[in-house]
Parts: sequence; structure tokens; C-alpha cells
Amino acid sequence: MATYDGVFDTLGLRNWCDGGSSGAPMSMADLLAQTSGTENTTSFWDFPFPSLDALHDACGAIPQTRDLTQGLEAGFLALRDGLRVVVDPLTQPLSWMLREMLYVMTQTPWFIMLPVLLLLVYAVTRAWKIVGLVALFLAILAFVDHYGYAMETLAIIFVCAFICVLIGVPIGILMSRSDRMQRIVIPILDMLQTLPPFVYLIPLIFLFSVTEPKLYGIAVILYAIVPVVRLTDLGIRLVDKDVIEAADAFGMTRNQKLFGVQIPLALPNIMAGVNQTIMMSLAMVVIASMVSAPGLGILVLRGIRNLELGVGLVAGFGIVVLAIALDRVTKAALARIDASQSSR
Amino acid sequence: MTDKNIKVSIRHLYKIFGEDPASALKDVKGGLSKADLLETRNHVLGLNDINVDIKEGEITVIMGLSGSGKSTLIRHLNRLIEPTAGEVLVEGEDILKWNTRRMRKLRRESMSMVFQKFALLPHRTVLENAGMALATRGRKRAEYEGEANKWLDRVGLGGYGGQYPHQLSGGQQQRVGIARALTSNSDIMLMDEAFSALDPLIRTDMQDLLLELQDELHKTIVFITHDLDEALKLADHLVILNNGAIVQQGEPQKILLDPADPYIEDFVADINRARVLRVRSVMEKTPPEGEVSGEVDHDATLESVIADAQGQMDRRFRVMRRGRAVGTIEMPEIMRALVPAKSSAEAEESSDTAA
Repeated sequence: MATYDGVFDTLGLRNWCDGGSSGAPMSMADLLAQTSGTENTTSFWDFPFPSLDALHDACGAIPQTRDLTQGLEAGFLALRDGLRVVVDPLTQPLSWMLREMLYVMTQTPWFIMLPVLLLLVYAVTRAWKIVGLVALFLAILAFVDHYGYAMETLAIIFVCAFICVLIGVPIGILMSRSDRMQRIVIPILDMLQTLPPFVYLIPLIFLFSVTEPKLYGIAVILYAIVPVVRLTDLGIRLVDKDVIEAADAFGMTRNQKLFGVQIPLALPNIMAGVNQTIMMSLAMVVIASMVSAPGLGILVLRGIRNLELGVGLVAGFGIVVLAIALDRVTKAALARIDASQSSR
Repeated sequence: MTDKNIKVSIRHLYKIFGEDPASALKDVKGGLSKADLLETRNHVLGLNDINVDIKEGEITVIMGLSGSGKSTLIRHLNRLIEPTAGEVLVEGEDILKWNTRRMRKLRRESMSMVFQKFALLPHRTVLENAGMALATRGRKRAEYEGEANKWLDRVGLGGYGGQYPHQLSGGQQQRVGIARALTSNSDIMLMDEAFSALDPLIRTDMQDLLLELQDELHKTIVFITHDLDEALKLADHLVILNNGAIVQQGEPQKILLDPADPYIEDFVADINRARVLRVRSVMEKTPPEGEVSGEVDHDATLESVIADAQGQMDRRFRVMRRGRAVGTIEMPEIMRALVPAKSSAEAEESSDTAA
């Protein structure tokens, strides 16, 4: 006897309910009640919320909550093949890029790779201090034999951050130009930002084979793209209205305004977004190691799985070192841009 | 001076801010006041039936306090703001009917603008800023460099071309703003409170610079200001705006000597009339007979005449224009002109007692 029986009886829906009642699996509570022989009478304090499960007890035709989650899964599986036809070829270049980058960065001998990286750092920051810092960090990592893992992690971050900028900046520009676009995109960004990172991985595992690098590539990009989109939009919207008016008054076209005024003036904000994007892709690369992303994350995962404290700690330290290096380099690049066009 | 062509002409221009300006316009044309419009319909009346003729080669100053709609008005001339109703005729053609392409051409080639907050591009050098109009037309740096440097020299910034705007002082930045407008080589210059953000001394310098340039170039300038001294100094034609409507327009001297309503009387009450009024507006238009104490130019200020007379009340002067005697001026006339019209004095008294 369930709580809401009376409701369905008075509404005259009893026939409809029982007609649909079938061999829906019995809940453990029911089973216990049946075997113990006591009718489970509910006291006033236990009066249940009219949830799907509670209603199902009274009326078999109403589905249980379990059916909802199962329905979602079945729906996704039904969609999967169609989705694959579209998404698979679209994302194939990502797999290819990740594979190539991983290959290049791990197969190039260290005595070539390290100088190239340091030159890159100098080109971006023009600061020998930062170059020294990065050299020290990489040397420490290499000294404790984490060089290969670090390169794998870096390779994934480079590719993913690059694609984030490639896609994120144009989306941000579109958002800054149209309020409607902004209204549509912001909830999506909010969702991407608040969804627990593990949740990205589940549907992706269904969609792609675990051997494909794009599986984790997409997860990293989805997670890390948010700040660059947000800050591009914000940066362009924050460009001094007076300067925009001057550009209009002198007859600039939309494109002249965008490339000659808005983007250059929004660049400090866009670069701040790139910095955040890089940091977030580093965070996600570690989590993505659960779905076969190589790199330092694998070691962290091993540390957790096998309770190897030392392995986990050293790998974790390596990630911190990489994070500091990446942050300092991008911040120095940002400061350089800021200084060269300075404040109003 | 009188038979100059009309370059830009504003006809029955209305601007109403709000959700449904078109229906609010009917009420305004039906005589609804600005305050009532705001109260009953929640629309703001920005401009109310503006009619101005801007003559070629003159400086037309539009003056009003903040909120009077002057900045809104100047932005209608190059359509940075679209009007609710009315016409803006440039050389006889209604630019409100023009498409974007034609409008862009107008903004690039025949109208330039100088802004209150300078609005230079902070990431470009002074030279690139000065050449902005030409660069926008697609000229390469090498092509606009000469022209931009010429005007930078002219406004006194020779040699600053390689610096960035933030390295310059406010006055220098606005000189770049003016050079930018001049480099575009447009006939019409719109100046929106161009000198309001500058220190008083620098402002005077800039006004002198503008007058000097105008003597040479004879551009059609529309100048917005809230400063009556500045307006009187620069204006060939003065338009006084209050609450979105024109209160009085005409030659500044005439407005000063014959204010049309109490608002303007209050406005002109604090002015140093001796420095603003010219001999030509107070003189008698018959050349003197007999003894005179000296000659003065028709464009001289009353202040300079008083100085010439050394304060003596019995002096009279022959007024000269281009070497010809055109009138007589006597000291009592000058003294009378220095006192504002009688009605305003009364108004002041009554306001004093009220306060």
C-alpha cells in the first residue's frame, strides 16, 4: 500500500494505473516489507515528496526515475551513430595534430628540444630572467627522469591551447558584435565551466574509441576554451567608446575597425584569456589521463591507483613546475603587449 | 561676409530617445513639452525642431549647457546618431537618404571630427594617428606620411611623429586630434567640445591656433562648447541651445546686445563685455565731422578703445575699415554698451530678492 494510492483512486485513474503495471523490478524496500510480512505504513513525518518513484509505487503506469537515466542513455546511444558520422571526420585533424605533436616533442632529442623551447620562450617574452627560470625548471624535470612525460603534457597543451585560441577568439568576436549571440553563448560557457570535468569524459568515451587522441583533446578543449572566449568578448566590449566613435567618424569599415582598433586594443584582455586557457588545459590534461591522455597525469593516476605516494608527489610537483613556467611565460608576454601600447 | 554659400543646413530636426520615438514625435509636434514627454511617455526629447544654416568658411558655434543636446546635434551632421525626423542637407543633398557607402565616403573625405576626449588610437604613433583618415582611405604609410607631417608641423608638433599619444600632454594630444582632422583635407570640421578638457591657458592657445588656421584655410567649422567666452571668441555665427531647442541664433555681438529671452540674458550677464564687444556693433554708422581724438579699427574691442582713451569720457574716435572711415564712436556709447540691457538688471534684482 503506497502513500499516493488514494490520489489515483479519487481521480478514477486506478484502471489506467493497473493496466500499465507490469513486471517493473521491485525495490529493495518493497521486497523487505514483503518478506517480513509487515505492511509498510508511513508515519506523517515520513510523508514522501510526490516524486516519480513515490508515484510509481501508487501507480504502475508512471515511470521510475531510473527509467529517465536509462532513457537518456538509450537516446544518446541511438544518436551516437548519426553523431559519429558528422563529428568523427570533423575532429580527425585534432587526432592527427596531437599524434604529430606528441611524436615531434618526444622523439626529438633533448639537446635539440630544450634549446628550441627556450628560444621560443625568449621570442615571446624577451626576458632572459624568464628564460633562465624555464631552463631551470625543465632541467629539474629532466634530472628526475620526468622529461618525456613533461614533453607529452606540453605537446597536448600546445595543440589544445592553440585550437582554443583558433576557435575561441572568433567566437568571442562574434559575441562582442551581437548581444543575441552573447545571450546564446554565455549559458553554454557557464555550463562548460561548472560541469565537473569528469562529466565531459563520459559521453566522449561513448562517441570515440579510447585509442584516439582526440578523445582527450576534445575534453581539454571544451574545458579550456571558456576563458579565451569570455575575455575576447569582454576585451572588445571594453574598448574605449570614444575611440570607436572616432573610428566611425573617420569612415572606417567594420573590418578596419575590428582589425585596426578593436582587436589591438583588446589584446591585453585576449592575452589574459589565453593565459587562463593554457592553465586550464594543464588542469584538464591531468584529469584526461583517465581516458588515456599521456603525460604527467598518468603518473598521478598511478600514484592514486597503486597508492604509490612518492610517484604521485613527484608527478604532482612536476605539474606545478610546468604550471608556474607556463604562467610566467604567458604573463610576461602579456606585460610586453601592455607596455608597448600602454594605458590610456 | 553676408553672401556666403550655405554648406550644411539642418531642417526641422527632431531626436527623441525612447522605445517608440515615432509616436512620441506626434505628441511633440502637437506641443507636448520635454518634461511632460518624460513624465507621461518616458521618452527623452533630445532635439526639438532644430533649424540651422551653416555657412561655408565660417565658424558656427553651438553653445549650451550640459544636457542641452549640443553633442547630440553635432553627431547628426555625420550621422553618428540617426534623427527621429528632419533633414540634414550637405550642399543641398539630404544625407539622411544616403546609403552606408556614400556616408562612409562623406565621413572619409568631406567631414572630419575632433573630440573632447581626443579619441586618438593609443596603439598607433602620433604620425599614424594624424594620417588615420588617409590610411582609412587605403593609402600606404609612405603616401600619407608627408601630408601628416606637414599638418603636425603646422599645429606645432614637428618631430613628435614617432611618439605614442600617452607620451604627450593633453594639449599636445588635442593638437594631434586637430592635425588628424586637417590631414583628412575635408571642407567641414566638426569639433565636439574640442578644448573643454584642457587647462584654461592651453585652451586659449588652442583657440588662437584654431583662429590662425581658420584665417588661412577657411574651413566650414561647427564648434560645440559650453563656455560662452570661448563661443564669443570663435563664433561667426552663434547658436544657443537649451533643453534641445534653439533659444537664439545669430551674430554673437547681436546676441550680446540684444538677448532674446531671460535665459540668454542670464547667460551673458557674467561676460566681460568690454573684451567681447567690437566697435562695429556699437558705433554710429556716420563718419565723424570735425575734431576726433584718434582712429580705431572697426573690429577693435571696446576694451582697447577705452585703453586708447585713457579713461577720458570726452573722447571720440573715427572708426576705420580697410582704410576707409565707416563710423564714429564716442565714449558714452561705449559705457552704455558695457551695461547689460535694462530688463536683465531687473531680472537680477528680482532674483536677488527672491534668493
